[in-house]
Amino acid sequence: MHPITTAHYLGLSAALLLIGTVGVLTRRNIVIILMSIELILNAVNLNLIAFSKALQSVNGQIFAIFVITDAVAEAAVGLGILIALFRNKETVLADEIDLLKW
Amino acid sequence: MLMDTILFYLFAALVLGGGILTITRRNAVHSAIFLILSLLGVAGLYLLQSAEFLFAVQIVLYVGGIMVLFLFVIMLVNLDQAAKEKQFNRQWTVALACAGLVGAEIFYFLAKGAGAFQLAKGTAEANTGMGNTERLADALFSQYLLPFEIASLLLLVAVVGSVVMAKKRI
Amino acid sequence: MNFLDQIWLIPLFPLLGAVLMLLFGKKLDPQPASDVAVAPGVEHTHDEHDTHGHGHGHGHTHDHGHDHAHGGGHGHGSPLKILVSLLCPGMVLLSFLFSLGAVMQLAQLPTKVHQVVQFTWLAGMPFHMLDGRIATFSADWGFLLDPLSAVMILVVTGVGFLIHVYSVGYMAHDNGYYRFFGYLNLFVFFMLMLVLANNYALLFVGWEGVGLCSYLLIGFYYQKKSAADAGKKAFVVNRVGDAGFILGMLLLYALLGTSRFVDVNHALQSGQFHAETAGFGVLSAIALLFFTGATGKSAQFPLYVWLPDAMEGPTPVSALIHAATMVTAGVYMVARSAALFQLTPATSSIVASVGAFTAILAASIALVQNDIKRVLAYSTVSQLGYMFLALGVGAYWVAIFHLFPHAFFKALLFLCSGSVIHAMGGEQDMRRMGALKDKIPVTHWTMWVASLAIAGIPGLAGFFSKDEILWQAYSSPSGSQVLWLIGLVTAGMTAFYMWRLMNMTFYGKSHVAPEVEAHIHESPATMTVPLTVLAIGSALGGWLGVPKLWGLPESFRAFEHWLAPAFAAAAAEGEHGGAHGASIEWILMSVSVAIAIIGIAVARYFYHTKPEIPEKLELRLKPLYGLLLNKWYVDEIYDFLFVNGLAKGGGRAMAAFDLSVIDGAVNGAGWFTRFCSTISMWWDTWIIDGAVRLGSFTVKLLSYPVCFLQTGRVQAYALFFVVGVLAFFGYYVIR
Repeated sequence: MHPITTAHYLGLSAALLLIGTVGVLTRRNIVIILMSIELILNAVNLNLIAFSKALQSVNGQIFAIFVITDAVAEAAVGLGILIALFRNKETVLADEIDLLKW
Repeated sequence: MLMDTILFYLFAALVLGGGILTITRRNAVHSAIFLILSLLGVAGLYLLQSAEFLFAVQIVLYVGGIMVLFLFVIMLVNLDQAAKEKQFNRQWTVALACAGLVGAEIFYFLAKGAGAFQLAKGTAEANTGMGNTERLADALFSQYLLPFEIASLLLLVAVVGSVVMAKKRI
Repeated sequence: MNFLDQIWLIPLFPLLGAVLMLLFGKKLDPQPASDVAVAPGVEHTHDEHDTHGHGHGHGHTHDHGHDHAHGGGHGHGSPLKILVSLLCPGMVLLSFLFSLGAVMQLAQLPTKVHQVVQFTWLAGMPFHMLDGRIATFSADWGFLLDPLSAVMILVVTGVGFLIHVYSVGYMAHDNGYYRFFGYLNLFVFFMLMLVLANNYALLFVGWEGVGLCSYLLIGFYYQKKSAADAGKKAFVVNRVGDAGFILGMLLLYALLGTSRFVDVNHALQSGQFHAETAGFGVLSAIALLFFTGATGKSAQFPLYVWLPDAMEGPTPVSALIHAATMVTAGVYMVARSAALFQLTPATSSIVASVGAFTAILAASIALVQNDIKRVLAYSTVSQLGYMFLALGVGAYWVAIFHLFPHAFFKALLFLCSGSVIHAMGGEQDMRRMGALKDKIPVTHWTMWVASLAIAGIPGLAGFFSKDEILWQAYSSPSGSQVLWLIGLVTAGMTAFYMWRLMNMTFYGKSHVAPEVEAHIHESPATMTVPLTVLAIGSALGGWLGVPKLWGLPESFRAFEHWLAPAFAAAAAEGEHGGAHGASIEWILMSVSVAIAIIGIAVARYFYHTKPEIPEKLELRLKPLYGLLLNKWYVDEIYDFLFVNGLAKGGGRAMAAFDLSVIDGAVNGAGWFTRFCSTISMWWDTWIIDGAVRLGSFTVKLLSYPVCFLQTGRVQAYALFFVVGVLAFFGYYVIR
């Protein structure tokens, strides 16, 4: 069995990114879309941590902290929008909210 | 080494399985639970990478903060109706194909350059004699002080913004 | 008093009367029916003028007691009406006295020509004459008294005065008394302007003025449609002639650069122009145009048709305007242009032919007319034809000589017919008269004199002048046997129809309706006295021109000698009598007297002795009778040719022209504009707008693919991210 290398982490990160991407692209429920975004962000964090370890540098972890901060902010604002939206539209399905088109 | 490998695959399975289940569940609450599972797997991987502080942050912030927020929202929003609807939109095949192709490309790159990646032996702490959290704090409050403060401002804006949007009447 | 320099006053007296009547007449008229147009703003001056008029009237009565006697003769009407009755004839009498004075003083002058120029009336406009010289178009307000105009003013004022006096009685019961006298005075003014003018332009003023008065007086009973129509007819027919006169006048101006008679005659007699014996030159054209004017005014063929209709006017008007004076204006004008006609034999022969033809045509119509005034009207046309016959053969003084007694006896005939009509209470049809001899004796005797005079019985005025015309027509170089024969036949016809009239009116059995018969009465003195005066004139007037043949003292030929200076050129040629023997003249004279007596006798036989003969003749000669009774259908022919043909047909043609060409042009322009605008619109819509639309359409077209991408669904956009990433990575994969 090969030892675990950075490539493994990157592969895992890519796989997680793809899962999140598929979730964002295919699910209709906005809540789950937001969750998928969390998955993508975690994939990013995994990547950052992997390189932090490989390069023996703490900067990757610092960036991961900022990403988590962003994720928190994003989740807060996204869910706030979701609530406002649900209050007005009585729906949480993303493809039913398509007013902004030609 | 073997232990690390086993743990990596364990956590990887946890992460990927949780992720897949997250995006496939009909019930949002189930999704959230599986997301927590996935995030815990990620946290474990942090630990494997000897990023202890981030491990703690992951558990506290994500599992304890964000996911609770998610669950609260799920409670606030009536998702019963949504649960009865189709869960996937019309473009799901195309999306899946595209995502698959992107993944193929990524893995193609990874496979091509796999030899270039090698995890470092030992940790930075070991080289400098400082703990993980100490080093993080050192960098964060000196070198990255301004981004740190801006990030706090960002959080404040996010809080105010979400309150404004979620409130019925200002 | 120097009357010669005061001749400008002569026309002014009647003008004053006319102005007073026409401006203030309505105020004076107690009868409401009068409708004289009153200038606005005269009300406050009314009283002032009223007293002024009073003073005038008294002035006359003191000066001329004669006038007063006439005025007093008719006792009815308001005092103001009596004042008018004195004023208007008084004005004419004043003119007559001034004329008489002026003529007597003129006789003392060696040259027998007196010219008074008041001022320049048409101030000059330079123009090119025919020969290229520059002359100034100008005309004097000037008066010329020479033997010719002297005769005319005496006739106009003398006969005019008598007819005015007659009108006082005749119009006494009529509405619009003031209007009538106003017009009548105005007519006298214009007629005097006509005959006293010293140039053609001023003559034309009078010419048009008398036309206007004629129109106004023919249409005096304007409520009657026939009268109004007759007035219009007279006016319109006269315009045809006037157009010729104007053209002739302007042509004369262009040729000679002057319109003064004296200068024109001088130029024409200077030898500068030669008689146009060979062809038809500019002089002939001028003469012909003048003659066209004369045919209109003097009722010659083909423009005579207005005169019979003019009998719709009051009878004094017929007497004054349409028998004695105005209709002779054409004769006067041609005589005035004698020097011109002298040089144009071609036109002169046309004049003679037209005159002769008119004479016999009108006489033939008069043979069968039943309206007493119409007979006289055609008689007038016929006699005027005689005058033109004389003018045409170059016997100018004879034409004027005929004009002079004709004024007397024709005015007398009309006035007598007026008196008859007056007595009959308005009846004009001779078939309902008869045996009036004893009921209206004065009228009968005066009319008897006049009828003998016109028939040409020796000793009376008509004989001398008519005989002279016939003799000139026979003997003059430009005359001929044919003209003489026509004149002779006309003379016979004249005698016949006049005595037909006399027999039907005064003799034989009475055909008067019983209710009319009771009211028949002799006219008042204001009417009979003028009749008597005119009868004396008719009887004796001819002794001024006794034939040379009779061998009487030269004073019996005063008329010819008096007029000799006016027709100096003509007189020079006139010495042709020697060419024909005295015996021929005697024979011709006897023939004309004989035919007159035959005419009278036949008339008496037909209408007195055996009244059934005319009816038999009527039946036997029905077509000819119908032809004559309907006046040769000339009116109908004119109606067909000009009124319907030219005017209405022309109107239709004009309408068609209007509809097709004018409207067509307008519509065409409209259509063209619309067509252009359609093209423009098409250009705008399809090219300009098209370009704009094409731009927008292109943008829109280009936007469609993009539009399809903009679905509004967030996840689709996210998919594009992924596709982008895929492409981005793909690039590196392929590289």
